Amino acid sequence: MITMEHICKTYRIAKRNAGFAEACKSLFHREYEEIHALSDISFTIGDGEIVGYIGPNGAGKSSTIKILSGILTPDSGSCLVDGHIPWKDRTAYVRGIGVVFGQRSQLWWDVPVIDTFQLLQEIYSIPDALYRNNLEELTDLLDLHELLRTPARQLSLGQRMRCELAASLLHSPKILFLDEPTIGLDAVSKLAVRDFIRKQNEAHGTTVILTTHDMQDIEALAKRIILIGKGHILMDGTLADIQKGGESIDETVAELYRAYDI
Amino acid sequence: MKKYIAFFRLRFAMGLQYRSAALAGMVTQFVWGAMEILVFRAFYEADAAAFPMSLEATASYIWMQQAFLAFFMVYFMENELFDAIKDGNVAYELCRPIRIYDMWFARSIANRSSRAALRCIPILLVAAFLPKPYGISAPADLQHFLLFLLTMFLGVLAVVAFCMIVYGLAFFTISPEGLRIFFYSVTEFFTGAVIPLPFFPDPVRRMMEYLPFAAMQNVPLRIYSGSMTDSEMFSAVGLQVFWLVAMILFGRLLFARAERRAVVQGG
Repeated sequence: MITMEHICKTYRIAKRNAGFAEACKSLFHREYEEIHALSDISFTIGDGEIVGYIGPNGAGKSSTIKILSGILTPDSGSCLVDGHIPWKDRTAYVRGIGVVFGQRSQLWWDVPVIDTFQLLQEIYSIPDALYRNNLEELTDLLDLHELLRTPARQLSLGQRMRCELAASLLHSPKILFLDEPTIGLDAVSKLAVRDFIRKQNEAHGTTVILTTHDMQDIEALAKRIILIGKGHILMDGTLADIQKGGESIDETVAELYRAYDI
Repeated sequence: MKKYIAFFRLRFAMGLQYRSAALAGMVTQFVWGAMEILVFRAFYEADAAAFPMSLEATASYIWMQQAFLAFFMVYFMENELFDAIKDGNVAYELCRPIRIYDMWFARSIANRSSRAALRCIPILLVAAFLPKPYGISAPADLQHFLLFLLTMFLGVLAVVAFCMIVYGLAFFTISPEGLRIFFYSVTEFFTGAVIPLPFFPDPVRRMMEYLPFAAMQNVPLRIYSGSMTDSEMFSAVGLQVFWLVAMILFGRLLFARAERRAVVQGG
């Protein structure tokens, strides 16, 4: 169970005009602008749900994921995930969650993938039997047999993403945060990733929160959509709520972005 | 504890992979060591009595320093950690049930150990067979040797504890380059990496010996080469322990602050 109430987060960004003179001036005096990345974000997500968290670039999706995974401390508001406040007692909290940042990598670059997995076993203190069990299941589902012994640097993006997914599920987390897990993937890999997320949710009841720009991801996976724009939640509902007959999902969402002017 | 050992193991194994880097490093260290000894020889020929250490002791100091360079050089910091801080990959480390400070500490020691393991033996072997006074000489006695091992261990911990402070500071800057360059020059000078500390004028040297930088390579290398009296050795070990504890506490404080206010850059 995830509840977020009235979460706000502002960033301070140094700004200056173009040019050398301006750059020198900014050495002594900086102008800051406050960017409201999140203003008054509230939602509740139940166990076992798959929620698509969508919005244009810079809407606040990643900030929300960072707060939920305990990396970022909000300025105000409260958030409770399975009884924990993510940014307080971080180390206890993160045991129960899995996170994939599509644009980053958690695999050790120069060593075979299986070495990273073994390190994760130690880091999360996963009992041997559970680790073997999970590894076997994930290897089968994500077709990792050939990849485990390959150094991460030699994997293609699609192969790497499958390994990233496995890495974040080795400790059987109840909640999975996926920040753009299909970014840059080819059609086959995308389908494999979607299929895997759905199966994981069905088999283990894992709660999944997914940000993406690929509306097919949403169509394939998420029963519920939360739309965020300029730091505000604009819509919280199902795909059927917003889709008019005959429209493709991309058109629907583009329409929505235009309607909210985001 | 098991977690940190696992971390150490993986980083150590990873370090052993870079064979050509080790070979290149070894060649550099031979050339550098030989050059330094030749320069010192020229000075000693002018007036051997004017120097605080015998040429033999200086040669031992230099060869030990080159053999264990990976332990002692503060500027061998881990680019991967700076990159992780800079480009935001640290996000992954922040969502692990583990203390980042401890994890990175274990990792840094492993990195340095694997580098040293690959390089020290050939350098020590060759230096041992060089003719006197240009080669490495055996330590004065067993007690000196054991004390050398102990202080080298403390010295490595001190080096890593210092690097951890630099990593911690990197959380608060946009680019870590400035920090690296600043600490590169400071530590090269104050640790005795370029010129052993006894060669500095007395008032300066006395001050330098109290600094944390003197707790790194200065103590073990001078104990090995036999240029410290018994009382000097014991106060030096005391200072090493003091600085080690102080730097670890400060580093942890810095990391605690950094983790709270970290803004992970990028989408």
